[in-house]
Amino acid sequence: MSEKKTKAQSMGLHTEVLTGKTQQKFFNPDEAENFYYFGTHDVDFNKRTEIDVKDMDCKEANGKIDELMSQGYGTIVIKNPQGKHSLGVGILNKLNLIFEGSLGYFGCGSMDGPIVRINGRVGWSCAENMMAGKVVIEKNAGSCFGAAIRGGDLICKGSVGARTGIDQKGGTIIVGGDAGAFTGFMMQRGRIIILGDVGINLGDSMYDGTIFIGGKIGSFGSDAVEAELTETDIGWLKRKLKVAEIGDNFDVSKMTKVVAGKKLWNYDALEPTEKKGAI
Amino acid sequence: MCGIAGLIHRGKSSNVGSELQLMLQALKHRGPDSTGYALYAQNDGLNFIMRFKVGENVGEGSTSINEDASVYDQRKKLVDRMLSDLGARIVKEDRLTPYSFRYEMKYDQDLMEFSKKIESIDSVEILSIGKSLELIKDLGDAKVVSDRYELDKVHGTHAIGHARMATESGVDIKSAHPFWGYPFSDVSVVHNGQLTNYWNNRRVLENKGMRFMSECDSELIAVYLAEKMRNGASLEEGMRDSLTGLDGVFTYFVATKDSLGMAKDTMAAKPLVLYESDDLVAMGSEEIAIRSILPQEIDTYDPFDGEVKVWQI
Repeated sequence: MSEKKTKAQSMGLHTEVLTGKTQQKFFNPDEAENFYYFGTHDVDFNKRTEIDVKDMDCKEANGKIDELMSQGYGTIVIKNPQGKHSLGVGILNKLNLIFEGSLGYFGCGSMDGPIVRINGRVGWSCAENMMAGKVVIEKNAGSCFGAAIRGGDLICKGSVGARTGIDQKGGTIIVGGDAGAFTGFMMQRGRIIILGDVGINLGDSMYDGTIFIGGKIGSFGSDAVEAELTETDIGWLKRKLKVAEIGDNFDVSKMTKVVAGKKLWNYDALEPTEKKGAI
Repeated sequence: MCGIAGLIHRGKSSNVGSELQLMLQALKHRGPDSTGYALYAQNDGLNFIMRFKVGENVGEGSTSINEDASVYDQRKKLVDRMLSDLGARIVKEDRLTPYSFRYEMKYDQDLMEFSKKIESIDSVEILSIGKSLELIKDLGDAKVVSDRYELDKVHGTHAIGHARMATESGVDIKSAHPFWGYPFSDVSVVHNGQLTNYWNNRRVLENKGMRFMSECDSELIAVYLAEKMRNGASLEEGMRDSLTGLDGVFTYFVATKDSLGMAKDTMAAKPLVLYESDDLVAMGSEEIAIRSILPQEIDTYDPFDGEVKVWQI
């Protein structure tokens, strides 16, 4: 066994045998440079620029963002997104990205690292599969908000549609308003905080993870049960809401905590993003 | 996957033909097979407007059987004769394509019987009857259909439309949306989704004397609401009832002479984005439909599961 492997294991990062070049490359703690994806750029957050995407399609706009990152721009402002789909997807780079307007479907999906602020609304499946980073939406969001996210913070200051956090595998989703039906549907890990009301079938078929609700609950889904809110939870909620800049003076001690009522899962290994966070 | 769009101007009229065309064209990727418009136009309100077809568009992509165009003239003559027999007086007639017509007419008897008689003529289908409703549907995208029927000239208060991707029935006009709320004048419906209790409901409704012209599940919504309204329910009551009466996933719009409504199923499985202000409501399957007529930054939202809303002009 190599020394590197021993060190990684001594840190508790993995006990399983990792196979495949990709995993070895991403999660070997002794090769810090390999935590950056191939083709990512060294950017300067103080280097700022703006682009108007009014007359661009999503491929052109995303290509332009990549081009600007390659030139070292670390803060990019997107003007006139006008509800276009798939903007800001697949960014595996540290970046401050600001959208001056609303996005359509799949905005900021499959990203790992950027801090995004959207001064508008987002359509379905915002930040789907996000690995790490932070996305803040100033207005409302559509359905499947944060579908299958694995890490990072996803914050909507308005209300969100149905199936928020569907298949969530990590990270935190925070909603300042209400959420629709099937919130936390089949979630496996991570946390969801809804300050307002939620629709029917909350946490339906959830495997694991925790949901906190500030308002009324339409109904519980299969396998979801109410749990006791602990002092640790209250402290964590306060910190999270403060960082998310929403819910000033919100009394988190009156929130309802919802967890899985049965052990439906069968996994022990940490999610890759959790390993990354530990490092 | 289909795209639906609708808008209603409150307290004024506008060029709804052009506006809806832009909205539906933005949704073309959701449904390229056919496009339909239900425009509530500024007509004088004195005469009934009947839009009907005597055959199908057999152009590229159509699943209809090719017919000799001469049969269209024969069917039109039969319609004219039937109208005369029924006591309807044609005030104005326009032939818009070889197979579709727009008649303005005077008629003051029962519309259900009227419709049954007209549609008893082989391959004749009434697309709509109303005093303000102009229902147009054909194969092609929103611009193609708009250009073909000169819809950019239509001014009115509200409109709904549909960009269709054919999944459960053919690529033809009879399966295209919107559907007229037979036998009510000025009622139309567009739908995005799938209904799973179509045949059960259809059998029940047919036994009650309602008519279906296609095998498209979406037509059920129009007929379902029409039957509720025939029995005295208001539009909103009928729509709320449909949330449990219809099984499946759906978001649909329904329009009448002076109102526009939306309903979303209890699982919220189909998308809808809504913009609402004091003088305009605009909604569509995707935000880009709304942005095609309101490019400035606006506040929009997704209606929740099981939500029903109705707006008046």
